Amino acid sequence: MKFSILVSEGPYTHQSSDTAYQFAKAVLAKGHEIFRIFFYHDGVNNATRLTTPPQDDRNIVNRWSKLAEENNLDLVVCVAAAQRRGIVDEGEMKRNGKDATNLAPGFRISGLGQLIEAGIQSDRLVVFGD
Amino acid sequence: MTTKKFMMVNRKAPYGTIYAWEALEVVLIAAAFEQDVSLAFLDDGVFQLKKGHNTKGIELKAFEKTWGALEDYDVTKLYVDGDSLKERGLTADDLAVPVEVLSRADIGKLMEEQDVLLSF
Amino acid sequence: MLHIINKSPYDRPALETALATGEGSILLIEDGVYAAVKGGAEESKVKGAQGKFKFYALNVDLDARGIADRVMDGVTVVDYAGFVDLVAENKTCQSWL
Repeated sequence: MKFSILVSEGPYTHQSSDTAYQFAKAVLAKGHEIFRIFFYHDGVNNATRLTTPPQDDRNIVNRWSKLAEENNLDLVVCVAAAQRRGIVDEGEMKRNGKDATNLAPGFRISGLGQLIEAGIQSDRLVVFGD
Repeated sequence: MTTKKFMMVNRKAPYGTIYAWEALEVVLIAAAFEQDVSLAFLDDGVFQLKKGHNTKGIELKAFEKTWGALEDYDVTKLYVDGDSLKERGLTADDLAVPVEVLSRADIGKLMEEQDVLLSF
Repeated sequence: MLHIINKSPYDRPALETALATGEGSILLIEDGVYAAVKGGAEESKVKGAQGKFKFYALNVDLDARGIADRVMDGVTVVDYAGFVDLVAENKTCQSWL
């Protein structure tokens, strides 16, 4: 079965991002496919590579990057939500005249259409938020 | 393109958080993708539809006008939970656009018919 | 339909709204697991709904909150694999945030 996941909250403040990650791992462990994980609202903050959590705490951003790399996952960050919250890739930096990028590996920035497409192409779409 | 039934479930008040606004952006994109879009408003979500928002003082964008624009996108299925309205001292006349007022059980039945339920 | 509830019933009306929408399966996760506690104010509401809904609670969230030893009868404890199965078995799921 094809699953997609919507992550609507950022790392650490809400448990949603952790739950979404554990759920994604369980989906894969069961042999299902993940079509896309889409990050919206403050969920886009899961994609900044600039976090430095305490050494003895989980590194939520790196965890997502690693999961994506090991399983060839499509992690998509909503461009409008990202612009509002300062999550920037090369393209956005040039387009909006910013002086830095901060997008973590394994993520890409794209439009809300990717969320709709995930809904269309997947058998199940689960929302994790507040 | 495949058409699926998308229902956007709105349960939060406007302006105190961004969810209502960013939910609307999803509605418009889903409509642009020619999906079968309906909106459900329950709990504090019903406040989003209240007429007469004046957001100048809080410097947030008011989205009352956007409700009116939904029709241009062929998004006309707006369902409102009657109990949520009553609990909050509202009636359908207080709302900015025509809606269908339903019981929670009937909204539940509509939810069962959807392909995708997006909550904000 | 699978209803996923992640907020404490003492904090948000999500569980109450979900229960009014009909029938199906309810999965309690994160702070939502507090609704599964024996002897709490929500117990009669949950027990009363057990005719129309099947209740589940996520084990790791119960453990984290120190309440795994006081889950009321009629609530099935599941792990993340069980969570995935519940989503797969139900045509749609509603996250009552």
